[in-house]
Amino acid sequence: MHDRSPSGLHLLHDTDATKSVSPADLPFTVQGMTVAYHHKPVLWGVSYSAPKGCLTAIIGPNGAGKSTFLKAALGLIPKLSGETRIFGDPIEKGLKRIAYVPQRSAVDWDFPATAIDVVLMGLYGQIGWFRWPSRKHRQTALDCLKSVGMQDFANRQIGQLSGGQQQRVFLARALAQNAEVYLMDEPFAGVDAATEKAIVTVLRQLVAEGRTVLVVHHDLETVRDYYSHILLLNGQHVADGPVETTFTSENLQKAYGGRLASTQLDGLSQASGA
Amino acid sequence: MDIFLQFDLPSILLGSLAALACGLLGNFLVLRKQALMGDAISHVVLPGIVLGFLFSHSTGSWAMMLGAGAAAIFAVLLIELIRRVGNVEPGAAMGVVFTTMFAAGVVILERTGTAGVHLDVEHALYGNLESAIWLDAYSLSDLWNWQALSTLPESIQQLFVVNLLIIAFIVLFFKELKISSFDPLLSASLGFSPKWLGLALIVMVAVAAVAAFSAVGSILVIAMFICPAATARMLTDNLKVQLVLSGIASLSAGLFGYLLAAFGPGLLGYEFSVSAAGMIAVVAGLQQLLAMLFAPHYGVIMRRRRQKKHAVA
Repeated sequence: MHDRSPSGLHLLHDTDATKSVSPADLPFTVQGMTVAYHHKPVLWGVSYSAPKGCLTAIIGPNGAGKSTFLKAALGLIPKLSGETRIFGDPIEKGLKRIAYVPQRSAVDWDFPATAIDVVLMGLYGQIGWFRWPSRKHRQTALDCLKSVGMQDFANRQIGQLSGGQQQRVFLARALAQNAEVYLMDEPFAGVDAATEKAIVTVLRQLVAEGRTVLVVHHDLETVRDYYSHILLLNGQHVADGPVETTFTSENLQKAYGGRLASTQLDGLSQASGA
Repeated sequence: MDIFLQFDLPSILLGSLAALACGLLGNFLVLRKQALMGDAISHVVLPGIVLGFLFSHSTGSWAMMLGAGAAAIFAVLLIELIRRVGNVEPGAAMGVVFTTMFAAGVVILERTGTAGVHLDVEHALYGNLESAIWLDAYSLSDLWNWQALSTLPESIQQLFVVNLLIIAFIVLFFKELKISSFDPLLSASLGFSPKWLGLALIVMVAVAAVAAFSAVGSILVIAMFICPAATARMLTDNLKVQLVLSGIASLSAGLFGYLLAAFGPGLLGYEFSVSAAGMIAVVAGLQQLLAMLFAPHYGVIMRRRRQKKHAVA
């Protein structure tokens, strides 16, 4: 078993440490998750609970299992052990309350679909089996495109969008899902500055609405600016908690080992003093 | 006129309907990068067809179709099992299952003495398109005479029903097929299991393959699963439009393929006709070539022109 309680619990207990939190208040909890690809372990007994209504970065070196963590938690890839609970419910029941944004490379952008087609897919769960999207659904999809600044590209075939625009379409699709928990796999990978700004705005908006957002993030320089919490992984759970107390050079050293130069570490941790 | 109705029309209908059944489903196979699944499935279903035949003692029967569907499901499950238990990559698992099941079909065929009937190699390759005849047709009015229509060859009636089934399947599951083809992960997380949808698609492919197979042979089946869909993809970015265009391409390949095969050599002064099923496949390939050259956006010529414009600018 894990010897430390997940940080989400700490946070919620800050004011009243005696009252226990009902599992129904924990948006996303993973217990003892182990995943292996071809007998090679990628994640070892990771336990974690996401703080509700917070914007959390999942960081760690390449191959730390960050994307694997999200996919396995959602049951999208097989795992050796572990379970996920969404507001206390098992994952099968909780999937409806989650929106997952995969890496851009996960889909075929030559597919005969327009931007609004892709956003509409986020509404398919709501629409249900056999039924076709109505005009109301199209309007909702268009509103979601608008909120990421992509309304002018609604009828553009998705392969003819830039990488950043494609990422924004993915984000709009996630918005259309109107979920309570958002799990995003590297939304900032290879996007232009305008898109990065648009994504950050939307993420903050989501959190302001009380939703819980977890983002696999690569760029350590921006962690402090964008997020309130982090989860550090390197195949195992290294640390999690608020940025001020957890994004420290010791923790980063633990997660990245020799892969971060000491000067880099210094730079990142200096900012923590501010 | 009655010769056309009795001999040419049934063949055209048979070829076109076979092409349509495969052509429509081919869209999803091509989008899922499983274009050769049609080919593979037409091999896998052989033991199912033979067993169905042994039960029903007639070719082109629904029992054969059921056997084929069952064989397709069995094959998909077996592939999944071998992949998991043997820890081999999907391509290898497929290769093992497809060849083994085809071989098993051949063995059953040989051992049960069914080989002599209709299920021989030549028919398997080229089909039996020209043998479709409609003797009760005498005038055009028979086309809307229910009694005369009911004497259409059984294979045509069967293909007609299969086409209705396929169109219903696509209309009913359009959104689900679309999302599970584009983004299986999202599809799964929204509760539209890409596994079950994929299995349903494969079963429909098996049914289409079998219905088309006995009529037009495996060459046409393979061509029709790929060509009309690929042709239509060159012409549009809208999946609904693509489905309609692929349907038109299938039907036109069926019509013009047969006409070219039956009358083309005659027009050139030759005394013979060529295999209609082969010609339909050739026309389907030609349509694809034309689309690749002249498509408004993706065609080679328009792309060249755009590049030139950029170079000048």
